[in-house]
Amino acid sequence: MSAGVPAVAAVRPGRRQRTSLLGFVSVRVAITAIAVLWTVPTAGLLVSSFRSNADIRATGWWEALLHPFELTTWTLTNYGQVLAADGLAGAFVNSLVVTIPATAIPITMAAFAAYAFAWMRFPGRSLLFALIVALLVVPLQMSLVPVLRMFTATDLNGTFLGIWLAHTGFGLPLAVYLLYNYISQLPGELMESASIDGASHFAIFRRIVVPLSVPALASFAIFQFLWVWNDLLIALVYLGTDSTVAVLPARLRELVGTKGESWHLLTAAAFVTMVVPFAVFLLLQRYFVRGLIAGSVKG
Amino acid sequence: MTTRRLPALAAALALVAAACANPPATTAPSATSAPPAQSGAPTTEPSASAAPSTGYAELDAALAGEYAGADVTILSQWIEGEGEAFDDSLQEFRDATGINLDHEGISNYETVLGVRVEGGDAPDIAQIAQPGTMQSYQADGKLVDLSSILDTSRISTDFNPSLVDLATVDGKLYGLFYKQDLKSIVWYPVQAFEAKGYTVPTTWDELVALSDRIVADGSSPWCTTIEHGDASGWVATDWLEDILLRTAPLETYDKWIAHEVPFNDPAVVNAANLMAEMWFKDGYTFGGSERINGTWVGDSQSPMFDPAGPKCWLHKQAAWIPDFWPKDGDGNPQFTPGEDSAFFYFPEIDPQYGKPVLGGGDMFVVFNDRPEVRAAIQWLSTVDAVDHRVEAGGFLAANNSVPAELYKVYPQSGLAEIARNATALRFDASDSMPKEVGAGSFWKGMVKWVAQNGDGTQAILDEIEASWP
Amino acid sequence: MTTAPLTRRPDPVGALVRVAPLAAALVGLWLIVLGLDVLRDPLGADRVWASLYDVLGQSATADAIRERGLDAVQAKLTTLVVGVVVGVGGIWLVYVGLNAVADLLPRRLAGAVRPWLFVGPAAAMVAVFLVVPAIVTIWSSLSAEGGIAETYGALAEDPEMWVAVRNNVLWLVLGTGGSVGIGLLIATLVDRVKREALAKTFIFLPLAISMAGAAVIWRFVYAWVPESEPQIGILNAIWTALGNEPVAWLQAPPLNTFALIVIMVWLQTGFAMVVLSAALKGVPNEIIEAARIDGATERQLFFAVIVPMIKGTILAVATTIAIAILKVFDIVYVTTGGKFETEVLANRMFTELFTFRNFERASAIAVVLFLAVTPIIAINVRDLRRRRVGP
Repeated sequence: MSAGVPAVAAVRPGRRQRTSLLGFVSVRVAITAIAVLWTVPTAGLLVSSFRSNADIRATGWWEALLHPFELTTWTLTNYGQVLAADGLAGAFVNSLVVTIPATAIPITMAAFAAYAFAWMRFPGRSLLFALIVALLVVPLQMSLVPVLRMFTATDLNGTFLGIWLAHTGFGLPLAVYLLYNYISQLPGELMESASIDGASHFAIFRRIVVPLSVPALASFAIFQFLWVWNDLLIALVYLGTDSTVAVLPARLRELVGTKGESWHLLTAAAFVTMVVPFAVFLLLQRYFVRGLIAGSVKG
Repeated sequence: MTTRRLPALAAALALVAAACANPPATTAPSATSAPPAQSGAPTTEPSASAAPSTGYAELDAALAGEYAGADVTILSQWIEGEGEAFDDSLQEFRDATGINLDHEGISNYETVLGVRVEGGDAPDIAQIAQPGTMQSYQADGKLVDLSSILDTSRISTDFNPSLVDLATVDGKLYGLFYKQDLKSIVWYPVQAFEAKGYTVPTTWDELVALSDRIVADGSSPWCTTIEHGDASGWVATDWLEDILLRTAPLETYDKWIAHEVPFNDPAVVNAANLMAEMWFKDGYTFGGSERINGTWVGDSQSPMFDPAGPKCWLHKQAAWIPDFWPKDGDGNPQFTPGEDSAFFYFPEIDPQYGKPVLGGGDMFVVFNDRPEVRAAIQWLSTVDAVDHRVEAGGFLAANNSVPAELYKVYPQSGLAEIARNATALRFDASDSMPKEVGAGSFWKGMVKWVAQNGDGTQAILDEIEASWP
Repeated sequence: MTTAPLTRRPDPVGALVRVAPLAAALVGLWLIVLGLDVLRDPLGADRVWASLYDVLGQSATADAIRERGLDAVQAKLTTLVVGVVVGVGGIWLVYVGLNAVADLLPRRLAGAVRPWLFVGPAAAMVAVFLVVPAIVTIWSSLSAEGGIAETYGALAEDPEMWVAVRNNVLWLVLGTGGSVGIGLLIATLVDRVKREALAKTFIFLPLAISMAGAAVIWRFVYAWVPESEPQIGILNAIWTALGNEPVAWLQAPPLNTFALIVIMVWLQTGFAMVVLSAALKGVPNEIIEAARIDGATERQLFFAVIVPMIKGTILAVATTIAIAILKVFDIVYVTTGGKFETEVLANRMFTELFTFRNFERASAIAVVLFLAVTPIIAINVRDLRRRRVGP
């Protein structure tokens, strides 16, 4: 995490040929530069999360780095206040209860739909697909009120099931769209030969399509997970702030105060919330690696 | 998708309603002069019917335990310290009636309330900071008429008439004011101020003279800034309104809100010109127009507390601003309101218009009419609902029948005095105007005006006038 | 494509095999209904453990739980387990059940019905949560007094709207181009480095940060402080160190719109990178090596071989980001609120909807947004048509 790109020769064997030393160095310099550029803003947040409110507002965060051994400039107060907040652990678990199914449900639904759009024939296929893609642009704010009316009528308001369904509905267009793009590009010969062997669509989906689509499923899983995990508005509207259901962002947001008077706590809160999505990313990252699918794609 | 994330900070940057942070209200018993006898130590079971009548049938019934076990929900934007203080103050009612009066304080308040009301999931009682919002719900037919639930003659004696007017539509009462806040005050660094031999100005000319003197001493008088994300600009509208109140008859102000005189009326142009004198004159505002537009409202006053001595000396802002001053002990200087910093009344300008006060406040509106909800709103109109919070400090009740001696804690003690000396009280005009103006073009126009360093005043006021729906 | 056995003779074992998944699915669904009931009940976790102990014959322990309740941690964790099992397992069972039902149908009918079983649940969810609500909202706005002409006329006359349209075009071109371009560049470069995970992690980081956190982060970048004071924004710190006067990045048009687009690119590049990187992994080594053997330069290899092979994914990423950008409002909302000529359509819509409670106007803006996206959809549908359809 703290080091840049490693200094040891690091070119993957498959693509090394013809790469000159100059090209090799410039690639690594470019990557390092971009990575640093992308990290500086976040580094500012990280450093600030260990500084007092007054310091944050008085001097630049890099000042603290310039004098790292002036220990009085560092403080754990922000984290202390955030972690000591009442009900934080409960909110953490609630967030998991909301997020895991709200990620798994849309992925499952979207994968089945994407498979059908890509590899099954039925009337209205193009039209339906176009409609779902078009729905990507419907701002979910348009749906908040009618959906709440429906939830109130069906007593789903304030329940986990309700918010799973809401996140599923709002996340599906993107999920169908992204997964379709991947699944439709899988080699058709695989499906054909399986079909000749007598496999049903369900079996093809389960035994061939899902294993081959792991990178795409993992990619979408990350985004849906992040979106649900960090969501505040939908949670406030459909779940509320009762401690039995309140999610992490709702609880942390309360710490900041009515007028934002403690927004320095946001610095620490941002990192506390980041822990889980970050772990998910690291966990799923290995599925993006070539080897896993390369073998099966090429048979 | 990441951009579908909704802004958690939005509410942090959202319109600041007049509010104060509070230490938790005490539950210590105290004597009150209010009609209901339910003050005093909390009891764990509904009290006997021996209590004298409160004058309200539903509240009497509730105190007799008739609605014990019923649920009543209150939704507000009060969270953390302030939310807890309010929640604690409700305990007395819960203990006395057995009604489960549940308070939910949430962020992104306006959005969530709007969605819940439209979605058929309205809370029984909701806090509202802006009369304009109340009127909008009333126009949609969502609100319960309180005239039949509360004793309007009692309300009009207990509360400031201008607040009651604000909560009244077509002769019917739709809101019950709960807390108020005064905006017509200017904070200054007492000790440094006195060391320099400055004196508190009591007229506009003295204020100008003081500002000039500070400039001559090589410093800047004003700390003003207005950056507040989505809500940037509201500090400027407060200023303009405060000056208008001091340079024009009250009727002009009232008609201005109702759009019976145009937004760009000559009186408003005149007020803006006076304001420009304080804001844009060379050296008057620390950091100039760029800082006014570029610095977060919560940081306005920071240069006043510079260890090397104040870099700006005057800050016109409501009584909650001390919430933004450093208070944690880790090596930072602490600023105690009343010791390091105090306030004075934003001076009168023309004696014929007296000493008006610009205020804000929070009211409760009722969405669902049930007996236990009636009892709750009736109780909230009594001194009993607020006396402990007043005593604990950090709270200025809208109910004027709260005994003056209960205000012991600074700054509310000083505010209560200003309120008593005021010749008139007027609510923040931008809060009562249609949202398109009050939370839209008015703010936007002020920001643009500052960006132009006070040029084109007439054109900007004309634009705002043109935007009136 | 055959889905049923070729033989049509009576086959009791086969029938049983086909009915078994259905039965299993039904039992599963019943368990899910139970689970949902537990989730709804604040004391649900207690009930689960109490009945568990009852089944195990330890009714004393069960009664103790019923009386005193579980400790908070155990209750929460139980809720978590029940929630995850019900949510994740439930959705899979729905499809297993639906498929089992289709298997019971005559072969012809099953073939016709099955695509709808696969697409149906997703289509139904989308209909309930997006289509119907959007139609309801738009319809109610159009039937309001004043009518269509007045609503859209007022919209067209609003100078702010034209500023928003202009800015949206800027956002669309620079934001999409920037995110996809940089994302592709990084994905390509990183593909050549062994420790790619590390570099990717850094680029990905912004995605994991909540919008509230991002707002604070960029406050530390763009902050403006008078020249006489120490700068707290890193951009102005560098800028003033070079001998310039501090610049109020978020207040000076048109600079401020570009400054906001940079935030978007910063957030979205990680997304583009991850998806494009996954696509690059799918380009077979053999093709790349064959091109190299044929004497292709690195540049030729990239533009003539790799890009065409992943252009479907590039289109998908660009579409996703373009649409996200059309909807962008939170960045604008938390930084400038659309002041200083930074207004965009989605922020305008949010303000009309929630601040002004002006539903007609908000719906009208939504319709404008919807129309703006039509060309993007057309491109995607054409792409869909061009592709080979499955077996």
